Amino acid sequence: MVRLGSLLLIALVLCPLPGLAATPVDIYQFDSAEQESRYRALIDEFRCPKCLNTNLSGSDAPIAQDLRRTIHRLLVTDGRSDQEIRDFLQERYGDFVLYDPPLKPGTWILWGAPVFFLLIGAWVLFRVVRKPAQETALSEAEQQKIAEIIRQQRTERGSQ
Amino acid sequence: MNRASLFVPLGIFILIIAFGYAGFRLNDPHQLPSALLNKPFPDFQAPMLMDPSRVIDRSDLLGSPVLVNVWATWCPTCKAEHAELMRIARETDLRLVGIVYKDKPHLAMRWLNDYGNPYDLVVQDTDGALGVELGVYGAPETFLLDAAGTIIYKRVGDVNPLIWRTEMQPRLALLEVDTSATTDVDLDSATAAVKKAGAAERKD
Repeated sequence: MVRLGSLLLIALVLCPLPGLAATPVDIYQFDSAEQESRYRALIDEFRCPKCLNTNLSGSDAPIAQDLRRTIHRLLVTDGRSDQEIRDFLQERYGDFVLYDPPLKPGTWILWGAPVFFLLIGAWVLFRVVRKPAQETALSEAEQQKIAEIIRQQRTERGSQ
Repeated sequence: MNRASLFVPLGIFILIIAFGYAGFRLNDPHQLPSALLNKPFPDFQAPMLMDPSRVIDRSDLLGSPVLVNVWATWCPTCKAEHAELMRIARETDLRLVGIVYKDKPHLAMRWLNDYGNPYDLVVQDTDGALGVELGVYGAPETFLLDAAGTIIYKRVGDVNPLIWRTEMQPRLALLEVDTSATTDVDLDSATAAVKKAGAAERKD
């Protein structure tokens, strides 16, 4: 009995946790499960314009609520496609709301920088790896010189 | 190994600091570039604040340059910029249109009664739908439109004497709006006042 009680207690303590951890919940009606999963994917995809590093699904800001409502309206009432909704938000809020910035003159540095630094890294790596190999490769004259030194050492030791 | 090359990491470090400094200093990340700049003001329909049975649309904004100000009574920065809007309304012949953003009409009307009404026209956007059309993500935001209804400037945050003098006046001059009557603002004191108010500005 005590065991059952404690189990219940544990269950009670654990139960509300997912609810507490979850972000703001709007209650919306969807025509299908597929529609709802599209909605979830879309609100995860966009960035809240007010709160720099949170997406729409994770933000409690009034503007995030408005945009969630707008996305729901476009999706369910107007029956727009995902791409149309993306374009709708981008037209009004700019590239900022897309976590995935489009490739255009203003973002060339952004897209090009990783490639640029990768090339620099590859070049440095190439130089570091190659250098010792060059140094160990001795010319014939150097090898003769070494052989000469070793012979000298041996004869010196032998005469001691 | 060359002795000078020992300073390469230090050089890279200084470069990173310089980029970071410039990046964080120059661009306030809260100021999003407006996607609607140089585009036509979107089509809309919104009821007037004073007479909700009258519906205002885009055509009411055309004909002469107009300043469209998105505001609300819950927004402290809107209170801060109100005096400047009053001054602009008093001293220029620029038309001012107010959009009451996500607010209760009776609160908005009381505000205009208490503090004065700088607007030629005030419309309601109770649920923020017009705000979404305009890419508004907070209040106050202000748009300047030319006579054809194209957005030529957008300000996120308050309209203050400095913004008026440096951003709005030159653009309005190009549109041949007479702003000569506005008291010429002393830039230094305006800058100081703006800096003082700056801390409060970012909060809402």
